[in-house]
This record gives sequence, structure tokens and C-alpha cells, in this order.
Amino acid sequence: MSAVQLASATDIADAGNAFIRVETLSKTFETRDGAPTLAVDNVELNIGGSEFVSLLGPSGCGKSTLLSLIAGLIQPSSGRVRIEGRPVTAPYTNIGIVFQNDLLLDWRTVLGNVLVQFEMRGQDPRPHLGRARALIASVGLGNFETKYPWELSGGMRQRVSICRALIHDPPLLLMDEPFGALDALTREQLQVDLQRIWQSSRKTVVFVTHSIGEAVFLSDRVVVMTPRPGKIRQVLRIDLPRPRGVEVRNGEPFAANVRHINHLFQEMGVIK
Amino acid sequence: MSERTQDVVWSVASFLLIILAWDLVVRVFKIAPYLVPAPMLVLDTIVQDWRTLGVHTLWTTGAILAGFLAAALVAIPLAMLIVVSPLLRRLLYPPMVATQAIPKIALAPLFIVWFGFGLVPKIAVAFLIAFFPIVIDTIVGLRSIDPNMVQLARSMGAPPHRIFLKLRLPNALPMIFGGLKVASALAVVGALTGEFVGSDKGLGYVLVQASGNLNTALLFATLVILSVVAMAFFYAVEVIERILIPWHVSQRAHPS
Repeated sequence: MSAVQLASATDIADAGNAFIRVETLSKTFETRDGAPTLAVDNVELNIGGSEFVSLLGPSGCGKSTLLSLIAGLIQPSSGRVRIEGRPVTAPYTNIGIVFQNDLLLDWRTVLGNVLVQFEMRGQDPRPHLGRARALIASVGLGNFETKYPWELSGGMRQRVSICRALIHDPPLLLMDEPFGALDALTREQLQVDLQRIWQSSRKTVVFVTHSIGEAVFLSDRVVVMTPRPGKIRQVLRIDLPRPRGVEVRNGEPFAANVRHINHLFQEMGVIK
Repeated sequence: MSERTQDVVWSVASFLLIILAWDLVVRVFKIAPYLVPAPMLVLDTIVQDWRTLGVHTLWTTGAILAGFLAAALVAIPLAMLIVVSPLLRRLLYPPMVATQAIPKIALAPLFIVWFGFGLVPKIAVAFLIAFFPIVIDTIVGLRSIDPNMVQLARSMGAPPHRIFLKLRLPNALPMIFGGLKVASALAVVGALTGEFVGSDKGLGYVLVQASGNLNTALLFATLVILSVVAMAFFYAVEVIERILIPWHVSQRAHPS
């Protein structure tokens, strides 16, 4: 049996009650010169509860647009997104989002930046103080909660932004190239940390990346997308045992998946 | 010695050096006092005339402060309205830019006709000239927020007013203070211009009188007082800035 396992975008266990259902979803943007651009083209995708799914594709392929559509931050031109059965028609708030830019507020400490999650919701952050401290400590920033963002390294800042996305314990975590701006070593460490957080909390994660290795390392399923307009090219199931350590990258199953996706990108003309 | 005391020591030293050089040049080249008076002569004038100069200084400072505060109190809310409402932006922005095309100093004679020789026309010129940089910088500041930050806040269910108060406004403060500092210097120019055009009080009036009488020592004395007032004013804004936004990159200790 080959190490590469093709999978379906929609055919998952109990697909009818999938946590996220993306149904014939398309998004067209008006560009500056008035010509409409198709960013997401007829995407069908089901994502199960507690599943870790990566959207993998070249820059500008519409994968971030797809993520914003799932979050309800933009509305589709046609089709629909359902989360837990309910159509998403407004920003979905039972959610944590992490962007490539950590988006920390310069005027707040680490603790204040995590608690902003509650203040933005109009809730009193004080009852959550203890949990926020514990969460910050769990990502290795125990001694930094009173520091300001500019006193932290890029990796530490992104850890804070992950804490901010988790503090209200949402069932769904959306991540838009969260490690894209980090150096290679920090990036690998954060991937391991994220896997640990995901395994202990069993949240559903939708993870946008253009790094093949990152997608294969982290995901249950990798959704490979075409260049604009973004369509699903192929879906791979990554059946590597968890927890995956850094040594997984040296193994043949990992390499076979990376090779396969590389080949797909060559076929699509993304890598020449 | 702390960094701040070192800063103070160095600025005092640099001023003393300038005064010393000034004195030296006057002595060595035997420059006539009606062209450039020696520092001691200027100081003497200030000490001798401190009572009248003090009154004029208060008068001018009042005009500067009133013009500046009025500008800030009108400009910042106006900028907020322009950023929040597209309708108000279309309505208010073009005429506001148009008023800036008029050299505001040229309006001073008109204000004398309208408001007489009192404090009001001086405040009006100071207000007009200080107004624009505050509006522009506040608008730029309020707009320069990462669009993803707004998206993130929306995903937290934050209504627009909360996004404005908790994100846009604090994010804009460094820019707003940039505008206020430029405006603080311009307000001095505005108040003085008002006094030049028509006044019987204020440091601008003293300058015109001293010039007419070729009283160069008094001219210099007035200039010194004006610089001190303008500097004190600028630093007052900076102190407030330091208290309000200690987190901003411009306020952090500079690496030595």
C-alpha cells in the first residue's frame, strides 16, 4: 500500500452532521478596474469535529478567502457555509482566529492582550484571570505575562496570539498562515506546540498554509488547492501516528506525501 | 546618572555653549548693540522690564493656549466623524481642505475687522493654523489600523463602537500627538501674526514697537521669551504624550 492516501473532500464519517459544511461555495470580488475576479470557485468541503484540516495552496489561490468565508467575515457570492448545522450569515463568534500577523495591541501587556478576547465581547475579564495565566504559562510564557508585545520575540508574540484565540475555549480554531512570518526553527517548535494543544483540547482546526511540510506534519487531511480561482485539486489523508515528533519528517511516509503534493503543484504549474 | 538627567544636562550645556559663542562673536567683531546686543544686555533688558514683558507674555500665551485648545477640541472630534461616517466625510472634507488653501496668515486683517483688536482675532488665527495638522493626523491615525485586527474584533462579536474605542482610538494616539506637536508650534506663529497685524498688547506688539524704535536689545529679549514659551508649550504636549502612550515606539528608551 502506498504511503499516499487520497481522500474525499466531502465523504467523511457522518458527513451529514459534519462540524463544518462548505456547500458549492463561490466568491467573486470586484477588482479596482471593475472586472470581477473569481477567488473561490465552487468549493465543497466537509470538516469533522476535532479534525485538523489544512488548506494548502500557492499565494493568492483564495485559501485565505475561503477561511474568511467560513468565519463569516465575508459573505459568499453563492453557496453556503454551515457550522454545526446552522448557516453562517454573520461573523461567527464561537471561534478563535490566528492571523500571520500576531495583531497584538502595543498598549497592552501579554495578559491584557489575551483578555482582550472577553473585553471585545463585552464581558468582564476578571473571572478569567486565573485561566489566562495558566494558559500563558502552558505555552512557556509564564514569566512574561506583564511584558509588552515589543519586549517579545516573534515566536513569543505568536504564542500570545494563540492564547488569545483559545482563552474562551471555542470549539473551532481558524489559522491563516500563523507561522508564515517566523524563522524556520521557531516555526517547527510552534508546529509541535500547536499539535500538543490540539491533541489535548481536540478542537476543530482549519489551517491555511503554503508550506507543504507544515500541512503534512500537522494535518489529518490536506486540501490541495489550485491557483486562482481557488478550487480543490485533491485531498490527502495523512495517517501518520500521533503525536508526531520532529523525526517524522525524516521518515518515508512523510516524504512520500510531500513528494506527491510537490508533483501536484508541478502539474498545476505552481512550481516549474 | 539616569538617561533623562543626562539629557537635561546636555541640553543645558548646549544652550550655555551657544550663549558663550554669541557673546564671543559680539566681543571679537565689536558688533554694535543695535545690530546684535550681547547676551548680558538682553538678560538685563528682561530683568529691567520684567513687569511689562510679563504682562505681554501672559497675553500672548493666553492667545496661543486658547487657539491651540480650541483647535484640538474641534479637530479631533471632527476627524472622528469624518472617519466614522462616509456621508460626513464627503460633506466636510472638501470644504475643510479648501479653507487650508487660503494662507491663514492673510486672514488676520479680516479678523481684525470682524473681532476688533482684542484677544479674539489672535485666538482665531492660532486656531485656524493649528487646526489642520491635528485633523489630518487624527484621520490618518484612526484609519491606519490593520484590517485583520478589525476582522478579528468582529469575530469576537465586538460592535463598531467598541472597535472604535478599544482599538482604533488607542492605535491612533501616536499620530494624534504628532499632529498636536506640530500644531503647538504653529499656534505660536498664529497668535504672533494676529498681534503683528493689530494689537496694543502681547509679545507680537512688543516686537513691532521695539523694531520701530530700533531697540534691538528688547527685540532679542522678546525673542528669547517667545522661544521659552514655545518650548515649554511643546514639551508640555510631550509630557502628556509620555503619560498617555508610554507603550509607543517613540517613547521607549533609545538603545545607546
